[in-house]
Amino acid sequence: MATITYIEPDGTEYVVEVKNGLSVMEGAVKNNVPGIDADCGGACACATCHVYVDEAWTEKTGKPSAMEESMLDFAEDVKPTSRLSCQIKVSDELDGLIVRTPESQH
Amino acid sequence: MSDPTPHVVILGAGHAGGTAAALLRQYGFEGAITMVGDEPIAPYQRPPLSKAWLKGEADAESLALKPLEFYAEHGIDFRPSIRAESLNRGAKTIALSDGSSLSYDTLIIATGARAIALPIPGADLKGVMALRTAADAELLKATVGPGKQLAVVGGGYIGLEVAASGRALGAEVVVLERETRLLARVACETLSTFFKAYHEQRGVKFELGASVTGFTGQNGHVTGVTLADGRTMACDAAVVGVGAHPNEELAKDAGLDTARGIVVDLEARTSDPSIFAIGDVAHRPMPIYDRMFRMESVPNALEQAKQAACAITGRPAPKGEVPWQWSDQYDLKLQIAGYAFDVDEIIVRGDPATAKFAVFHLKGDQVQAVEAINSPPEFMMGKQLIGTRRPVSKARLADPSISMKEVAA
Repeated sequence: MATITYIEPDGTEYVVEVKNGLSVMEGAVKNNVPGIDADCGGACACATCHVYVDEAWTEKTGKPSAMEESMLDFAEDVKPTSRLSCQIKVSDELDGLIVRTPESQH
Repeated sequence: MSDPTPHVVILGAGHAGGTAAALLRQYGFEGAITMVGDEPIAPYQRPPLSKAWLKGEADAESLALKPLEFYAEHGIDFRPSIRAESLNRGAKTIALSDGSSLSYDTLIIATGARAIALPIPGADLKGVMALRTAADAELLKATVGPGKQLAVVGGGYIGLEVAASGRALGAEVVVLERETRLLARVACETLSTFFKAYHEQRGVKFELGASVTGFTGQNGHVTGVTLADGRTMACDAAVVGVGAHPNEELAKDAGLDTARGIVVDLEARTSDPSIFAIGDVAHRPMPIYDRMFRMESVPNALEQAKQAACAITGRPAPKGEVPWQWSDQYDLKLQIAGYAFDVDEIIVRGDPATAKFAVFHLKGDQVQAVEAINSPPEFMMGKQLIGTRRPVSKARLADPSISMKEVAA
């Protein structure tokens, strides 16, 4: 179990508990956190679950796979901390994780 | 809205209906929401049923769009295992299968589509199944395993995904397709040829141009599929994936405009201003192709749920989208953007033999559609080009040594 904070571009924070094994995307979608569309449900096929991982957490969330990287490459407003949240698995390690959602997923 | 507590009723608790309910709350709708579904469970994702779920890589919890308690917590009255029997637009009421009725101020019809059943002898035998619902998938999962024989009727995307999952589970798989090539209605020949070879290399057998005339059985359970040429292929289970039909009868009977789907506008509104129709059941405009059609895809369900929720809550409509879909088979990721309407040229970028290539469908120098195998840049940039209608150089598009960003620049 991990407590994850999702922050919208306007600063609105959503703090939710997410079970281990789910993805950071699923944590948002199942709790109706706005700003993460996740059209494909986690198949790494759409790049609509783009988030910015807080700099303090980038080491723990790890690096994107080649497939994820090439999807991210075409998302809007990509930064070095960009990830597809469907590809980050939640574990105790990520308790306290902070991610920010972009202005748009499309 | 003049009514202080308007009531939105959503008929259908699939991807479209469930998303519309959640978005209405996310957009601040404070009225009552009732969502009626004919399945026993809350809205879930159907795409994994033929893929991750069938292979045991996803469970019911991960399939669910939202946890069950979400609906009560957000004031959404979710009523499972109930179907709508009739719609009275004058009185704004719906008669339900449990004998009760519901009044609505706004109605969202999200009744989806149903798998087409083959009208042939033996189609009602146990083990002959469609793959549309979680219940179907559970049945299939219980039947398919090492050494079992699986017959797949229909070489479309569902059929091919089931074939791949069947092989992953150790079953012998034969795909029976009426047309002379796979994916005949939905993909180009290059893709048909590629998928056939890829599946064959992984042990799937194909019978193309094969007309299925019936199923044979023993003790009420299927044991074989009979073909028009007289052969019978033995099987322990047969999955029929030959298309779907929109569940539009309720709307049609109530006098709403239909055309192989319920006709809607860009807000997902039907010919009755109080009624919306979204998802697989809707026949909708698609401005980038200057025509109307019906789509069966999750992105379409989500987009129309968004359109309806925006219209109901007075938000500006979402910006126009490029339709897309995906399929996973073995280690292949197929991503498709757009539809190949009015195409005069097809360009293959990359070598199909490497299982990493993309097929671009062009009308003049504009991209109408792209089918990308293990090629996310081609998919992502192709999708953007379809949306912007920006002309491209065909020579550069055909040259994989020029990056997609440069092609589009």
